[in-house]
Amino acid sequence: MKYYIIKRLLLTIPMLIGISIIMFVVMHLAPGDPTSMRYGLNPEVSQGARANFNRMYGLDEPLHVQYGMWIKRLLTLDFGRSLIDDRPVIDKVASRLPATVLLQAVSILLIISIAIPLGAAGGLKRGSFFDKVTTVFVFVGYAMPTFWLALILIFIFGFKLGWLPVSGMTPWYADYLPFSAKAGDLAWHLVLPVVTTAFGGLAALSRYSRSSMIEVLREPYILTARAKGLSENRVVFVHALKNALLPIVTILGLTLPALISGSFIFETIFAWPGMGRLGYEAIMNYDYPVIMGVGVMATLLTLLGIFISDVLYAVVDPRIRLGGE
Amino acid sequence: MMIEVTDLKKYFYKRKGFFSPSSDPVKAVDGVSFSVEKGSTFGLVGESGCGKTTVARILSGILEKDAGRFSISGKRDMVFQDPFGSLNPRMHIYGILSESLKVSKVSPAEARARCVEALELVNLDPAGVMDKYPHQFSGGERQRIAIARALVNRPEILILDEPVSSLDVSIQAGILNLLKDLQEEKSLTYLFISHDLRVVEFMSDTVGVMKNGKIVECASAKEIYSSPKHPYTRILLEAVPSF
Repeated sequence: MKYYIIKRLLLTIPMLIGISIIMFVVMHLAPGDPTSMRYGLNPEVSQGARANFNRMYGLDEPLHVQYGMWIKRLLTLDFGRSLIDDRPVIDKVASRLPATVLLQAVSILLIISIAIPLGAAGGLKRGSFFDKVTTVFVFVGYAMPTFWLALILIFIFGFKLGWLPVSGMTPWYADYLPFSAKAGDLAWHLVLPVVTTAFGGLAALSRYSRSSMIEVLREPYILTARAKGLSENRVVFVHALKNALLPIVTILGLTLPALISGSFIFETIFAWPGMGRLGYEAIMNYDYPVIMGVGVMATLLTLLGIFISDVLYAVVDPRIRLGGE
Repeated sequence: MMIEVTDLKKYFYKRKGFFSPSSDPVKAVDGVSFSVEKGSTFGLVGESGCGKTTVARILSGILEKDAGRFSISGKRDMVFQDPFGSLNPRMHIYGILSESLKVSKVSPAEARARCVEALELVNLDPAGVMDKYPHQFSGGERQRIAIARALVNRPEILILDEPVSSLDVSIQAGILNLLKDLQEEKSLTYLFISHDLRVVEFMSDTVGVMKNGKIVECASAKEIYSSPKHPYTRILLEAVPSF
């Protein structure tokens, strides 16, 4: 197990390099560049000044040289500076990371605490009215574009009813509030972004737990449990549910990339001051170092999530011994 | 009589679809009657789908009967066909064995003693088995564990639903002999279900031949094999490969 963990952690390095190369190439393939973004419409800026700007940031070098420069700096944990405001990328990402982690963590908790009971109950009472209602709900959830849902939610709860704040994380007066009010206000601001972020994952995960539950209930050891004369509760919760949750651990790890890539859109819609919105702004501004910084961070979070779910799987399923021990 | 079954019936109804408002029920068990004496083995044979497993599940309390009567005078437990699926993969052997004891409020020390006893009865080394998980054992060992699992409750009746069908022939003999020894030692009553006539002949005192939910012939094992009366029994016997 220890050996497996070390091996997996080391494997993240080539993976990270590969992903960063793809990001780097795609970023440069996009039409436009930072220089014309900044000075393209300004007739006062001479050709020479543009060339100077390019030289200053190494943008005049061939692509592989630029990538080499980037990776060389990265080895000393230097992500470079933003082309827009000259702040260190690492500071910009670090200042935005907590908001994203908070939003994702709350969303994942919400997904787990709703989708698993919902799906498991549906699988248990397969074909019942409850099962049919949740199935319809889940398919609507699957089919609905979540950015559209976000706009509808903003329209209804923010605009028409005026119940919930529609943007940002804290109001301007937050610093003047006592801690409890501040936390309450934060929770209030979290409602819409969390609901939107969690929605897609909710549908998928509840579907998975439903089918997993149905599958497990067919297993002979459920018959054994019944033959033991155990109570129905014990059969369902101890024998069926515990086994049905095994594949869910992996699937949860796989929803993480979806959540993180979704954060680019949702954080922008809700003006959430997180990493996703930082990434979106950086893309719009051709802020190459920030795009790469956010990309590396998102990659790390994703790989970490998958890694944790793999290790957890070995912990909860005695049949799996990682690394061929 | 340890087991008395009279005119037992169980029908399964197909779920009604939107376009097929009514359907005939599947008569899985359609008027089955037999009785089993204490310390003897009643063998139930028949092709798959004839309803023998349904009888076993009704008698062990997993399924509800639709009609008829049955009485079981004594504690019963069950052993299933598939030794790979019938043990919960997430529980260690001690947990699997002791669970029903724990639920019926047997003290931990007593439960442990009973598990050790049951494992010794099936010729497994308790110390080397209890902390392991089902996947760490072979099919034969797992079936021994499944039998030990049934024995911890100290039953007087064991319902054995195809207990050796998914095992290699070489391992089948070991399990069958074990079951016979156990029966002698503890004067257990067996309801032994199988599609394999040779296995049933070896195990049973009385044999019931089932077809389409009904017992078509019921006689002592000797009679069935030497002078089968019902044509279906003859077909079954002819289908047994001989070496």
